[in-house]
Amino acid sequence: MTSKLVYLDNNATTSVAPEVFEAMTPFFKELWGNPSSMHSFGGQVRRHIENARRQTADFLGADKSEIIFTSCGTESDNMAIRGTMEASAERLNFITTRVEHPAVLEPARMLKDHGYNLIELDVDSSGQIDLGQLKLVLSYGPALVSIMWANNETGVMFPIQEIAEMVKAAGGIMHTDAVQAVGKLPIDLRDIKVDLLSLSGHKLHAPKGIGALYVRKGTRVAPLLLGGHQESGKRGGTENVPYIVGLGKACELAARNISEEMIRVAVLRDRLQKGILEKCSDVRVNGDQVHRLPNTLNISFLYIEGESILYHLSDLGIAASSGSACTSGSLEPSHVIRAMGVPFIAAHGSIRFSLSRYNTEADIDYVLEALPPIIRKLRSISPFGRT
Amino acid sequence: MWEYTDKVLDHFRNPRNVGVIEKPDGVGEVGSMACGDALKLTFKLDKHKKIADVKFQTFGCASAIASSSALTEIIMGKTLEEAGKVTNQDIADFLGGLPEQKMHCSVMGREALEVAIHNYRTGDTSKKILEGKVVCHCFGVTEEEITRVVRDNRLTSVEQVTNYCKAGGACGKCHNDIADIIAKVRGESPESTQAQPARPKPLTTLQKIKLIEETLEKEVRPALRKDGGDIELIDVAGNKVIVALRGMCANCQVARFTLKDVVEAKLKEFVAPDIIVEEGLP
Repeated sequence: MTSKLVYLDNNATTSVAPEVFEAMTPFFKELWGNPSSMHSFGGQVRRHIENARRQTADFLGADKSEIIFTSCGTESDNMAIRGTMEASAERLNFITTRVEHPAVLEPARMLKDHGYNLIELDVDSSGQIDLGQLKLVLSYGPALVSIMWANNETGVMFPIQEIAEMVKAAGGIMHTDAVQAVGKLPIDLRDIKVDLLSLSGHKLHAPKGIGALYVRKGTRVAPLLLGGHQESGKRGGTENVPYIVGLGKACELAARNISEEMIRVAVLRDRLQKGILEKCSDVRVNGDQVHRLPNTLNISFLYIEGESILYHLSDLGIAASSGSACTSGSLEPSHVIRAMGVPFIAAHGSIRFSLSRYNTEADIDYVLEALPPIIRKLRSISPFGRT
Repeated sequence: MWEYTDKVLDHFRNPRNVGVIEKPDGVGEVGSMACGDALKLTFKLDKHKKIADVKFQTFGCASAIASSSALTEIIMGKTLEEAGKVTNQDIADFLGGLPEQKMHCSVMGREALEVAIHNYRTGDTSKKILEGKVVCHCFGVTEEEITRVVRDNRLTSVEQVTNYCKAGGACGKCHNDIADIIAKVRGESPESTQAQPARPKPLTTLQKIKLIEETLEKEVRPALRKDGGDIELIDVAGNKVIVALRGMCANCQVARFTLKDVVEAKLKEFVAPDIIVEEGLP
């Protein structure tokens, strides 16, 4: 093992930005009061929560009153889906895609067990849905639609603006799991008419354990957690003050020069992709390369298996992830890779590199040096391999 | 990350005996690209009919590569008769253990060896010598193969079977069939299958009671409940377990046999070999 770390697994989690950590520390040390208290020691904390709410709202082009802090992206997704169904007077259809995160797919399957009509849209080989199919299923009746902004494994971005307009035109409610998009793309909810949007702090350099749900004014959502007046009664439980402050700070940081930063990240990602394609034979890039997050590269190395690649990379201090079966403990490759119809010959050897604004050109060049010998070595062991 | 032992990581990083032997005496190929792992094993015998050289090629995860490498070290220099006795557990033990979900990697090694020996003896190159009814269609696992891993590794649950040979790991439609196979294998009288697995240490009374309750709940009650009966644990004194039959079973003469034959057998199997079951007052 080595102490070197080239971290290219930012779709899994990100480092906490030093500024975020610094902003949080007073709320562990001095300002640890309960914001609901009727004394100024506790009460003074309230305005820091409201400041974080404003920072988060500003980052999304939302109003402060539209932000509910949660514990994570999964909670936000669950609240959006289950809370909407509970608050709706009529029984809605539920429309989603086959490539969503389990935080959407599992609530969806629970709804199905409860007798809801569940429609999972297919994706094509580039990972895109067919908007004609969406239009058709929207005509079946009033629906809650949950379609992710960008896919965590491939980085493929759905045309959320167009989808939201279609859903609204059909009288539906639109939720988007934007966990992978927030912090990687400029987002302005004044233009994009989603009703609900989930985000997660630890994907944008805030710590794990904090998320938010955006609820557009006029959208009814029942709370998941009862037992407190916090978050306007939408989410009981004493506020996680330091983490809320951290998320606010992370949003403020991400908002600075997001477009320029992401162009820089995309240049690095493209350098990585181009380098791998030049140096390694028998590789394929998975998913739409035009509508793709600037930081994500999902690439398959034919004839070899993902976990072995990851372990060799890890030995050299490189952190990435894989959609191979062996890495998940399940026996099948990821549902996203399979939904796109990636052939088995490539599915088991898919590797995801996901960058952040902290990556450098030197990181990428180091990977481009380290990776080709690993691929050659594993292919020399593989019965299907060609070196 | 998986909890791999240093030995697994060593064999993964520095695999021994990689390659293909030209004009081998035996070849065994198992697995496929679709399954996510595959192994090709070739060996050559010396004039004493011992394995003079063995090489492997593996497509798969770190533990699949390590298991293949370990297998070659285990069988090098052995006669085919000796090599044929190597079990998947021997491969796992050689590596200092494998994570439960990765045991199928050791099974793949044992299968490839079997196919290679079969190939040497018959010239047959079919990938599956364990023919018969396919139970898991997703991974193409036969009833014989499942029976084999259940027996060799004393498996008790469908989940374990999936970990050991992948059967049941995808669509899940065969879970009932796998459960039936487990029941069938476990029905083979436990005393006759050589040595019982060594119990790690004597149970405390509390652990014993918990284990007895668990065994009654999982192994005995379901069958009794089907007939409208039930069983209650009244007391545990040393190796004596006192129970009472309830419901429809309480006054049933046939149920008296149940106590000795089924309850006692199950408790001997799962709790301690010296247990005696007695009936308490109803």
